[in-house]
Amino acid sequence: MITSKRLAAGACGLLAALVVGLFPASATAADGPAAKEPPKVDLVLDVSGSMRATDIDGQSRMAAAKQAFNEVIDAVPDEVRLGIRTLGATYPGDDKAQGCKDTKQLYPVGPLNRTEAKTAVATLAPTGWTPIGPALLAAAQDLEGGDATKRIVLITDGEDTCAPLDPCEVARDIAAKGIHLVIDTLGLVPDAKTRAQLTCIAEATGGTYTSVQHTAELSGRVKQLVDRAADPVVNPVATEGAKQCEGAPQLKPGLYSDRESFGEHRWYRVDVLPGQELRASVSIAADRAVNRDYGVLLRATTVHGREIVRGSEAGDGRTDVLSTGLRYPKAEADGADGDAKPAAETVCVQVSNSFSAPASVKTAPGMPVELTIEVVDGPDEASDAASFGLGRGWWLLAVLVVFGLLAGLVWGWISRWRVSVWRTN
Amino acid sequence: MRTVRTLTAALLAATAALAVAGTASADTPSASPSPSPSPSPSASGEGGPAPTEAGTSFRTAAAFRPGQQATAAASTGDYLYWVLPIDARQRVTVKAKVTLPEASARHGASTWRLDVYDGLRRRQACTYGTQTVAAAANAVAADLSCTLRTVRANAEPWANDPLPGSYYVRLTVIGAPEEDLGLPVRAAVEAEVKEAGGAHAVDGALAAPLVPATVTSALREPEDGWAGGWWSDRWIWTAAGGVLGAAAGLFGYSLTRGSGRPHRVPPGA
Repeated sequence: MITSKRLAAGACGLLAALVVGLFPASATAADGPAAKEPPKVDLVLDVSGSMRATDIDGQSRMAAAKQAFNEVIDAVPDEVRLGIRTLGATYPGDDKAQGCKDTKQLYPVGPLNRTEAKTAVATLAPTGWTPIGPALLAAAQDLEGGDATKRIVLITDGEDTCAPLDPCEVARDIAAKGIHLVIDTLGLVPDAKTRAQLTCIAEATGGTYTSVQHTAELSGRVKQLVDRAADPVVNPVATEGAKQCEGAPQLKPGLYSDRESFGEHRWYRVDVLPGQELRASVSIAADRAVNRDYGVLLRATTVHGREIVRGSEAGDGRTDVLSTGLRYPKAEADGADGDAKPAAETVCVQVSNSFSAPASVKTAPGMPVELTIEVVDGPDEASDAASFGLGRGWWLLAVLVVFGLLAGLVWGWISRWRVSVWRTN
Repeated sequence: MRTVRTLTAALLAATAALAVAGTASADTPSASPSPSPSPSPSASGEGGPAPTEAGTSFRTAAAFRPGQQATAAASTGDYLYWVLPIDARQRVTVKAKVTLPEASARHGASTWRLDVYDGLRRRQACTYGTQTVAAAANAVAADLSCTLRTVRANAEPWANDPLPGSYYVRLTVIGAPEEDLGLPVRAAVEAEVKEAGGAHAVDGALAAPLVPATVTSALREPEDGWAGGWWSDRWIWTAAGGVLGAAAGLFGYSLTRGSGRPHRVPPGA
């Protein structure tokens, strides 16, 4: 009776272990919302006067852009909500104040009517200024709302002409809102200044920069970026770490985003039950020009400040993120007999960095931090013997053969002796 | 006569056992989870074909399996991410090939870099391979590779040892003339796995491999699932040792005991 009960319990335990082992993500699935909402993309096209230049495959930049847009509109995946915004399309005059407000929604973000969108694009003619900053702000507003993946694809042939509003700062501020928005930039036959500005915008939001010399490159790349928006991705949940462990936000397993300034410390708290393992990893993105050498430190401490384990990483040179991680398997509680539910330990997780930047670089908002927290079952108890104490190699075989032989010799000798003793008696 | 028979039997048993152990311990890539270690873009086992796009961050990394070849079109300066599953006792070599933009469009030499991170986003050391390569101004392509340490089934929490789970591959240019940023490049990545066998067996195992919740692709685990952790070629070695020991014992016994009854014993005694 008892045996059968034990067997049943064992089978249940085995089943549970299998389920946990097979679906390690199930614990976190609730926190990582699968992007069910349709992804949104806003194409921002420069229609400034300079787009008249005829230097892309023998046609004007504008004609190349139109051709590419037609191809892209044909190829947009059905689930993507696509919008088109122009900058510098309407005001041809010389008044800077007027020219720098010149950005217009050509086609609203929503389900795409391909014919209408194409007709709208066909009406465009190169006209005015290049107000990139205001256009980005407006595009971010176009995409506002919902938890969907959002992407702005900026296509321009020149730098922003509307100083002092720096489009790079604008991009960083948009990214800091934590709305999962990425800005990809494409420069049409860009000069050095345009390239620097577009690279900076892309870097600030985790996007990419492409330099375009041919029409085919333009349509291919824009298609690729629109498709990328449709890829399923787990979006992080925004959180704000505290300056010390006390009062720090309590994190459940999941993916979190935060911002951390140069040299700042951020603390979070995670509950870990005995027999569970905490897995944390952090990435800090270098979203602006930073000094050559940098580092990141992720530390798990007790509430009393004793360090349990740390992960650290340092690097130099060009990088997008710097990341590290740690594991903390909490030992099973000793002598706890099932009935009393063991108390969870609160582990304080500290994220710090040693990034620095030249004085000319703004430090606010802080750099994007991505924190993943997972809590899984602890590892099996390990002993010093590998593989259940099994052996391997020629020495093992030699020892076994030699001792087998010796044992055989002795046994044979004994049995011979016993026979002779038996005979004598 | 009996001695000879015992000896023959023992020898046969020993050769058989050793043959088995020998093949199991040999470092043959044929034991890798993928049936064909050669690059085959269309190798679309269970879980889907190799990706033709790369991700641009840890979260969006494109998943592929060892034996598949993942490709991507990108711009110079992009950070390209892929993710692949590696199981315990495997030693993986990640190889990348970057097809550079036309030399006429470029303005100088560029330096490319391949980094490998584990499922906790900890950078993993390359034991050998050209992790960083400088491509001359007129080069057509750049080849990179990185061989990781053998993945262990378990490690101390304070150690940075590679553990079974997802491995991220990041490919990017780390040095190029400003003018060359944004030019189109093509990249191809593949991974080759060698089974290291029981030589790298350790005790204990993770309850779950280090697969982050952000890796949602069907290619998140090896083709035949994660190893249970109990099997290694040490079973064969140990069993062969036992057989050989027993055979040696029989041989030794027959030497001292003699064959059959002692000669001096009269029949019927």
